[in-house]
Amino acid sequence: MATINPTRMELTRLKGKLVTARRGHKLLKDKRDGLMRDFLSMVRKNMELRLKVEEALKGANQRFMLARSAMSNEEVRVALMASGEEARIETTYRNIMSVDIPDFETKTGRQGYSYGFAFTAGELDEAVESLAGVLPDLIRLSALEEACRLMAKEIEKTRRRVNALEHVMIPQMEANIKYISMKLDENERSSQIRLMKVKDMMLEEAHHYKEKAKERANA
Amino acid sequence: MDKIAVVGDIDSIYGFASIGFDTYPVESETETLSTVRKIWQDYAVIYVTEAYFGVLSEDIDKKDAPLPVITPIPGVRGNTGEGVASVKRFVEQAVGSDILFG
Repeated sequence: MATINPTRMELTRLKGKLVTARRGHKLLKDKRDGLMRDFLSMVRKNMELRLKVEEALKGANQRFMLARSAMSNEEVRVALMASGEEARIETTYRNIMSVDIPDFETKTGRQGYSYGFAFTAGELDEAVESLAGVLPDLIRLSALEEACRLMAKEIEKTRRRVNALEHVMIPQMEANIKYISMKLDENERSSQIRLMKVKDMMLEEAHHYKEKAKERANA
Repeated sequence: MDKIAVVGDIDSIYGFASIGFDTYPVESETETLSTVRKIWQDYAVIYVTEAYFGVLSEDIDKKDAPLPVITPIPGVRGNTGEGVASVKRFVEQAVGSDILFG
């Protein structure tokens, strides 16, 4: 505030900036609202899916426990470690309101059990089966949760920008513009007065009004 | 094609080998941190059991590349409810307070 020049050029510049700031503020506000709408529906789905996946994983864990009670620890681990399965996912990106969000597509071809049935318990088959059943949901959960995380971050950032514009930048610019225009008006008035004074002086010089008035009074 | 990893205590994660995830057994939080940092580049998704997920929050916050995605999952023991809590935190961060899940 202290260092601004009260000039007409500065005033024009500031007015331009204010228009841009107002437009930016409106756009960011719209972006925030759009993000928020998408976010709320996504996060609801996220919670639902998470609860479902957690439930399923706990079930799978219990089945593995059962399998372990039927076989020795070593046997279970050996049977599973030798797995020829390879879970692969294909990552693509989606753009929601300038937020890049990963999408995963599962490319797992399940080839059946990785171990012979002779030395393993039936419980293990069940356990593996239940875990394989969770897999698609698990992958979806990852993508969804990452999307929610990124959007929450973006919303926070956008909200901060909106607030900064609304409560700091725009009021400051308005104050500066007011200051400059008042200063300019003030300058204009003072030069007007100066001109009137000069005009009076010049008229006095030319016509000697005051002397004539005195003569008239004496006469 | 991207791979998937699981990090956590051995009892919680060995099953995932059967569906083709790479398993990384760890026994402490520091080990979790170093393991995850080591495999950071190699996987698209890294699942971490809730018991050890907490130490990673800083790294996840700092991450600016989209991958890897790090997701908490419940383990056999030591569940902290971190998965659900993190979803609640998203709402809190975005809205200002948790209006959805109280």
